[in-house]
Amino acid sequence: MFSSIARRGFLLLPALMLVGCNTVVMNPSGDIAAQQGHLIAISTILMLLIIVPVIALTILFAWRYRKNNTTARYEPEWDHSTALELVIWGAPLLIIIALGLLTWISTHTLDPYRQLARLAPGRPVPDKVKPVTIEAVALDWKWLFIYPEQGIATINEVAAPVDVPIRFKISASSVMNSFYIPALAGQIYAMPGMETSLHAVINKAGDYKGFSANYSGAGFSDMNFVFHGMSSGDFQQWVQKVKADKSNLDRAGYLQLEKPSIAEPVRYYGNVEGDLYHAILNECVKPGQMCMDQMMAADMHGGEMQMSGTEHEQTHMDGKMQMSGHHE
Amino acid sequence: MLDHIDLTRLIFGRLSWDAIPYHEPILIVTFIGVALSGMAVLGALTYFRLWGPLWRDWVTSIDHKRIGVMYVVLGLIMLLRGFADALMMRAQQALSFGDSHGFLPPHHYDQIFTAHGVIMIFFVAMPLVTGLMNYVVPLQIGARDVAFPFLNNFSFWMTAFGGVLVMISLFVGEFARTGWLAYPPLSGILYSPDVGVDYYIWSLQIAGVGTLLSGVNLIATIVKMRAPGMNLMKMPVFTWTALCTNILIVAAFPVLTAVLAMLSLDRVFGTHFFTNDFGGNSMMYVNLIWIWGHPEVYILVLPAFGIYSEVVSTFCSKRLFGYTSMVYATVVITLLSYLVWLHHFFTMGSGASVNSFFGITTMIISIPTGAKIFNWLFTMYRGRIRFELPMMWTIAFMITFVIGGMTGVLLAVPPADFVLHNSLFLIAHFHNVIIGGVLFGMFAGINYWFPKAFGFKLDRFWGLCSFWFWVVGFYVAFMPLYVLGLMGVTRRLSHFTDPSLRIWFVLAAFGAFLILCGIGCLIIQLVVSVLRRESLRDLSGDPWDARTLEWATSSPPPSYNFAFTPKVYDNDAWADMKNNGYTRPLKGFVPIHMPKNTAAGFIIAACAAGCGFALIWHMWLLAGLGFVAMLGSTIIHTFNYNRDFYIPADEVVRVENERTRLLNSYV
Repeated sequence: MFSSIARRGFLLLPALMLVGCNTVVMNPSGDIAAQQGHLIAISTILMLLIIVPVIALTILFAWRYRKNNTTARYEPEWDHSTALELVIWGAPLLIIIALGLLTWISTHTLDPYRQLARLAPGRPVPDKVKPVTIEAVALDWKWLFIYPEQGIATINEVAAPVDVPIRFKISASSVMNSFYIPALAGQIYAMPGMETSLHAVINKAGDYKGFSANYSGAGFSDMNFVFHGMSSGDFQQWVQKVKADKSNLDRAGYLQLEKPSIAEPVRYYGNVEGDLYHAILNECVKPGQMCMDQMMAADMHGGEMQMSGTEHEQTHMDGKMQMSGHHE
Repeated sequence: MLDHIDLTRLIFGRLSWDAIPYHEPILIVTFIGVALSGMAVLGALTYFRLWGPLWRDWVTSIDHKRIGVMYVVLGLIMLLRGFADALMMRAQQALSFGDSHGFLPPHHYDQIFTAHGVIMIFFVAMPLVTGLMNYVVPLQIGARDVAFPFLNNFSFWMTAFGGVLVMISLFVGEFARTGWLAYPPLSGILYSPDVGVDYYIWSLQIAGVGTLLSGVNLIATIVKMRAPGMNLMKMPVFTWTALCTNILIVAAFPVLTAVLAMLSLDRVFGTHFFTNDFGGNSMMYVNLIWIWGHPEVYILVLPAFGIYSEVVSTFCSKRLFGYTSMVYATVVITLLSYLVWLHHFFTMGSGASVNSFFGITTMIISIPTGAKIFNWLFTMYRGRIRFELPMMWTIAFMITFVIGGMTGVLLAVPPADFVLHNSLFLIAHFHNVIIGGVLFGMFAGINYWFPKAFGFKLDRFWGLCSFWFWVVGFYVAFMPLYVLGLMGVTRRLSHFTDPSLRIWFVLAAFGAFLILCGIGCLIIQLVVSVLRRESLRDLSGDPWDARTLEWATSSPPPSYNFAFTPKVYDNDAWADMKNNGYTRPLKGFVPIHMPKNTAAGFIIAACAAGCGFALIWHMWLLAGLGFVAMLGSTIIHTFNYNRDFYIPADEVVRVENERTRLLNSYV
C-alpha cells in the first residue's frame, strides 16, 4: 500500500521538476530574476538533503515495523537517545545556518532598492552608463508609466533598452497593487502615498508579460501590461513614436484617467506635465489639495507653515471635502 | 428636529429589497437547497419530538464533551460551505480562458475566494481544533470539566453565531470582495462602500470573542485542574500543544479584535487609522493583522502536532520518542511564532536587513518542527505499527507536510519570495501545510477519538476510501499550482489569456473533484458507522490499547468523566496504570459536584449576533436594542445562583455498576 504511494510520488516528482525548470521564474531573461531563480534552485537542493531522507525513512519504517512483520525488533520502552537527539536537532540546524547565510547575503545583494553592480555574470555596469528611470503608477485597473527624462507617458506598455540598468519608482493611486514582470525581476508593492523602488536589467530583447500581483478589485484580472526589452536603437525609435503622439497628460487628464476602468488598451502621451508623478505620490493632483510632503513638513513644525495659518486650514478643509465621493 | 429622522432608515438602515440577490441563479438555487434541507431538518426534529432533548442536552449543555462534539459538527458543516466555494473557484479558473469568461463575474468570484479563506480558517479549522481540545483535554488531565463550564458554552455559541452571520451574507446582501485579510485601502469605505466588509468584520469580531474566551478557559483548565501527580512534564503531548495554542490565542486574538475595531472606526466614523490621507497608514494594518495572522497558523497546527504524537505512540505500541524535546520544540515554536510576521510582506519595501532578519527567524522555526518530525519517525522505529485510520492519516501527514515545510522555508528567503509572493506557488504551499498538516491531523483525531465520544469505531472501509481520495486528490489539486506559480501565475485571477496554462488548471480542478469524493466518503463513513454501530461497538473504553487517561474511563464517558480522580505517576498515565495491574474501584462512591446547564450562553450570543447584524446594516435602533439585550441578559445571568448540583452517590453507583457489567460481558 505504501510502496504504491512511493512509486506514484517518485514518478510524479521528476516530471514536475522538469516542467518547473523551464518556466519563466526559473529561466527568466533579466539578470536579477535569473539570480532569484538560481537562489530557488540552490535552496531547494539544500533542503532536499534533509527532506528526501525523511520521506524515505518514513516509508521504510512504516513498512519494516508494520505489525505483521514479527521479525523486526520491538522495543516498547525505548524512548530516548542523546546521540540521536543531537543529530535531529543538529542536522536541521546546520542546513539552516547555511541557508541563513545565503539569505543574508542574497537579500542584501538582490535588494530592490540597491543600484545594480552588474548587468550579467562577469559584466559589471560600465561607468558611463546612466540608468533609465521609469515611474510606474498602479491605477484602477491599469498601469501608468512616466518617463521623466524623455517627458513621455504610456498606459499598459513599457519599454527599456537591453543591458541598461532600469530604475523603477513605483506608487499607486488608490489601493495596493504589486508591480511584477517575472522575466525581469521580482515584484514590489505599489502603494498609494508611498514610493517603492526596483532596480533591474533586461538581457534579452523580447516582449514580456507584466501584471499586478496583488488583488486590487473588480478589474484586477485584466491589469496586464507588456514590457518590451529592446536594443538601444529600437528603444530610441519607440520613444520617438510615443513622442509623436499629440496627446498631453496633465493633471486634469490624469484625474479622468484615474477613474476605474477595466482592460484599457495601450495608450501613448507625447507630453506629460512635469511634476505629475510628485503630485500623484503626494496625493495632491486635484487643484487646491495640499501635498502630503508639505503637510508632513508642516506637522514636523508643529503645524506652522510658511504661509499664513488660516490659509493652511482652508487648504486642509478643501482637501477633506474633495476626498469624500472621490471614488464611485 | 424630529422630522429629520427617517423612520424606515432608522429601523432598516441600509437594508432594502435590493439586498436580496434574486438575480443570481447560483444563489437562488443554493437558497432553495438550504431552505428545503433546513425545513426537512426542522420537520424531522418536530416529528421525532427532538426539540426538548436538543435544547436540554445540547444547546444549553455545559458539558465539555457535548460542546466539543458541537464544535466538530460546526466545523464539518462549514467545511461543506467552504469546499463548495473551492469547487466554484477551481471550475471558474479551469473554464475562464480567452473568449470564455467562465460562469462567475468578478463581483461574485471575488466574494467566493474571500469567503473560502475566511470560512476555512475561522469556521472550519478553528472549530475542529477547539472542538477536539475541548473534548479531549479535560479527559486527558483527569478533570471533570473545564475550569469555566458556562463560559465554554458561551464561547461555542459566539463562534457558531459568527458563522451564522457569514452564512446570512450569502442571501442578504453580500460578502467582502477584499481577500480573506481585507487589506485597506481596498477594504476602506471609499473602495468597499457596501456591507461585505462589515459582514466580514462583525462575524470575526463575534467569533473572535468566543475563541479568546475558550483560550482563557482551557489555559485555566490545564494549569489548575490536572490530576494529582501530573506535573507539567508528565502531561500528554496533546495537552501540551493545547496549552501552547491557547496561550497563542490569548496573546494574538486581541490584536485581531483591535485591528478590526480600528478598521470599522475608519469605515463608520471616518477616522484615519488606515486611510490613504490625513496620516492614515495602511501598512500599519498589514503589520497588525499579520501579528495576529502568523501565530494563528501555529494555533491551528500545534494541536494537530499533538494529535499526531498521541496517534503515533498509540499505534506503534511504544512510548513517544523524545518526549522532552517534543515539549521544548512546541514551546520554542510558540515563542518564535511572534517573531516572523513580516515574512508575509517582504515585497512591501522593507530594507534588506529587516527582510533578512524575518527570513532567518522564519527558517529557525523549521528546526524545532524538523525535530518533531524526527521524533515521530523514531517513535515508529522499533515499534509495532498498526495501520488503523488515524495512523494512516499520520503517515500521509509526515510525507506531505515535509514538502510543504520545504516550500515554506523557500518562501522565507526574501529574494525567492520576490518572485513567488502572491503566486499560485504560495497558494500551493499553504494548502500543503494546512491540509497536509492541520486537516489530516483533524481527520486522524476524529477517527482516533470517535469511539471515545460515541462508544463505537468509525467504519474502516469508507474511512479508507475517504483517506485515499483526500490524499491523492490533494496531490492532484495542488502540485499543478506549484508549477503554475513557477510559471509566474498570480492568485485571485478570474480570467486568463494564455491557453498554455489551462491544462494545469484542469488538472487542479480534477484534484478538487477527487477531494469532493473524499468528503462524500467521509459523510458516508459517518452514516454507515451509525447504522452499523452494534458491530463496531467498543465496550472496553480503550479500543486502540492507548496510553493516556481519556481511555481509562468508559466510552462515552459518564457526565462526570471519572468517578474517582486518577493519580498519575508517569507520562502515558493509562499505559502505566495498565502495566502496573490497575484495578477499577468498585465501591466507595460519593456524590459528585457538577455544574448545571444554562441557556444564558445561547441567549447572550444570539443577542450579540442580532446586534452585529444591525451594525452591519446600520440599523442603529436595533443595534442599540441588541446591545442592551446582550448586556441585560449577562447581568441577569449573574444573579442566577442556582448553578450547581450533586450527582447522588446512588446514581454514580448505578452508572459504574452498569460499566462493570459491560466490561465483564466484553471479557
